[in-house]
Amino acid sequence: MTFLQFIFYLLAAIAVIAGLKMISVKNPVQAALWLVLAFISTAGIWLIAQAEFLGLALILVYVGAVMVLFLFVVMMLDINVAQFKEGFTRYLPLGVLTAAAIFALMYLVLGPQRFGLEQVTPPKSLAEAESNTLALAIPLYTEHVYAFILAAVLLLVGIVAAITLTLRRRPNTEVLYQDIDQQIKTRAEDRFEMVKMPPTVEQPLPEKEKEE
Amino acid sequence: MFDSLQAWLSTFLFDWLAVVITLLIQAVVVILPVMLAVAWLTFAERKVIGYMQLRMGPNRVGPKGWLQPIADALKLMFKEIVRPTESNFYLFVVAPILTIAPAVAAWAVIPFDENGVVVADINAGVLYVLAVTSIIVYGVIISGWASNSKYAFLGAMRASAQKISYEIAMGFALVTVLMVAGSMNLTEIVEGQKGSLLHWYWLPLLPMFAVYFISGLAETNRAPFDVAEGESEIVAGFHVEYSGMAFAVFFLAEYAMMILISFMTAVMFLGGWLSPFEGIPGLEPMFAWVPGFIWLFAKVAVLLFLFLWFRATFPRYRYDQIMRLGWKVLIPVTIVWVFAVGVMEYAQLGLWFD
Amino acid sequence: MIAFLKHQVKTFGFTELFKGLAVTGKYLFKSKITVRYPEEKTPLSPRFRGKHALRRYENGEERCIACKLCEVVCPANAITIESEERADGTRRTTQYDIDMFKCIYCGFCEEACPVDAIVETRVFEYEFHERGTHIMTKEDLLAFGDEHEEQIAADRAADAKYR
Repeated sequence: MTFLQFIFYLLAAIAVIAGLKMISVKNPVQAALWLVLAFISTAGIWLIAQAEFLGLALILVYVGAVMVLFLFVVMMLDINVAQFKEGFTRYLPLGVLTAAAIFALMYLVLGPQRFGLEQVTPPKSLAEAESNTLALAIPLYTEHVYAFILAAVLLLVGIVAAITLTLRRRPNTEVLYQDIDQQIKTRAEDRFEMVKMPPTVEQPLPEKEKEE
Repeated sequence: MFDSLQAWLSTFLFDWLAVVITLLIQAVVVILPVMLAVAWLTFAERKVIGYMQLRMGPNRVGPKGWLQPIADALKLMFKEIVRPTESNFYLFVVAPILTIAPAVAAWAVIPFDENGVVVADINAGVLYVLAVTSIIVYGVIISGWASNSKYAFLGAMRASAQKISYEIAMGFALVTVLMVAGSMNLTEIVEGQKGSLLHWYWLPLLPMFAVYFISGLAETNRAPFDVAEGESEIVAGFHVEYSGMAFAVFFLAEYAMMILISFMTAVMFLGGWLSPFEGIPGLEPMFAWVPGFIWLFAKVAVLLFLFLWFRATFPRYRYDQIMRLGWKVLIPVTIVWVFAVGVMEYAQLGLWFD
Repeated sequence: MIAFLKHQVKTFGFTELFKGLAVTGKYLFKSKITVRYPEEKTPLSPRFRGKHALRRYENGEERCIACKLCEVVCPANAITIESEERADGTRRTTQYDIDMFKCIYCGFCEEACPVDAIVETRVFEYEFHERGTHIMTKEDLLAFGDEHEEQIAADRAADAKYR
């Protein structure tokens, strides 16, 4: 077993254990964190497979952004775990059946008769200096450019839709909004005026009052 | 250098053991100076801010206070680590590790000098730094959640939202550099800035330089973006419940990140190890003897001084205004500039094409 | 239009930020005002209100006549006085305690005293290492006053024209 193989099996084991933990652990926050661990070890496996761009992008996008938002939501939820698990036994047979069906499908597609080095020619490994990013970018921006742009537009539409669905601006009678642009544009001349005032001089008291 | 060490080790050890030992030595060679730099950066911070406030700063331990970091480290090491009740013990322990590990792991791809003085000269160096530093946010979130404390939780919420917001602006700012340099390898990016002081990317990408440094301030939770630990509102944010060495680890990570951001800025925008006198007739041969890493360290020192200077000068942002700055100012500016750089690249305009 | 341009330059040129940086940058090089305490000390006023002392006349007779004005005026109730007639027929204190933990160093006792007996000295560096020692008895106060009489008298003399 080479060093690389050892790393591969280590990462694979971590990924599998983390995946199992993710679905078995009770606390949703912990489940999300196990999923993060699974992502990171998967990214490591991709790095070993010389897909460094994909591996790093997985960490950057899924671990660094998506799962953070996910955790954000999960942490704020107030879930009663006992209530959450109530229907477990009732739905268990259905769940087992579904799982078995999915496993069977996966086996048919990825089983030993269709997968493995006997069926597929081993991919040629890249030279050390060759840029993985470049290799990925050239087909993406030439052959598949329309699909790529379409996907980007689709995501943009998704963003816009999500924002328009959640954005609400209540009338100013209910909530006072701050217009920061307006605030920082104010100048001293607009707000402040120097006024020339004549000085008031104290009048001397009448003589009579003084004597008293 | 390390290849020959590995070759020599593998003559009498298992191959994998030779690899592991070489990796460990490489890690120590990089991490030890970083940690020492962190220690004396805390000293520098207290001195600089003290001087700006007409104070002396620490000056009692050792000559002129220079041994203060050692005294601090010893104090923190001997302090008890208090575990809050009802806290999640494993996550409570994991959080500081998750914060420090990426902060030091990112150093693997930072080039210190020409001819590949770098631990791992990988192609996707920039992406690696971005990906690894994005993991730090988990340390913050987990520490906030596992401490079972409202203040820590609020701090973690603020910190994580801030970090993922500014990561976008930071990423876009780096994208412009990648577009101009045409590579994601940090060594090649520095090589691309060869020429003169005006060829460094800070000038053609001036807005991006500003955006990157501002996002760097926000990424490291430094003033004026340090709402995550706003002492006046949420005591110390995500690490309130940590004491002793566990707290020190957060502290180390924060300062290691500061140095890392300074290194990245120096490499990306300020020409890395290139001499600032390059291309100036009289001065270039005069300073030709200065090794490259001295220039790099000098640039990093200036940037770190900026970090401290900003902290001494600017008041803390309000939380919603941090978000406004990130999403409504920096991100649009970067997107426009990415487009502008694309046009310039296409039309072969700009200073950096000669 | 010009105002708009001015505003844009101000916002994107960070002019205000640079102004702030210039201020702190200037202060970086100013001389520091720190007083390195144990080695250097700030000058003290003759009116400084530190640790208490009871004074004596030059012939060695204690000044305090047990009028209890200080006890009455003390806002923190830190002073406790008991008095008795002495063999020679004068009224003197038998007990004069100041609880140094209660004392707020307001100086009212000193002002109330008709005979300048209770005074506050310049001494502010003192500490207690055992429980109970924070109550200064009459003996302590008199001994402390004897020890510092020279300084106390000088301070009173310096301040005399303002009283």
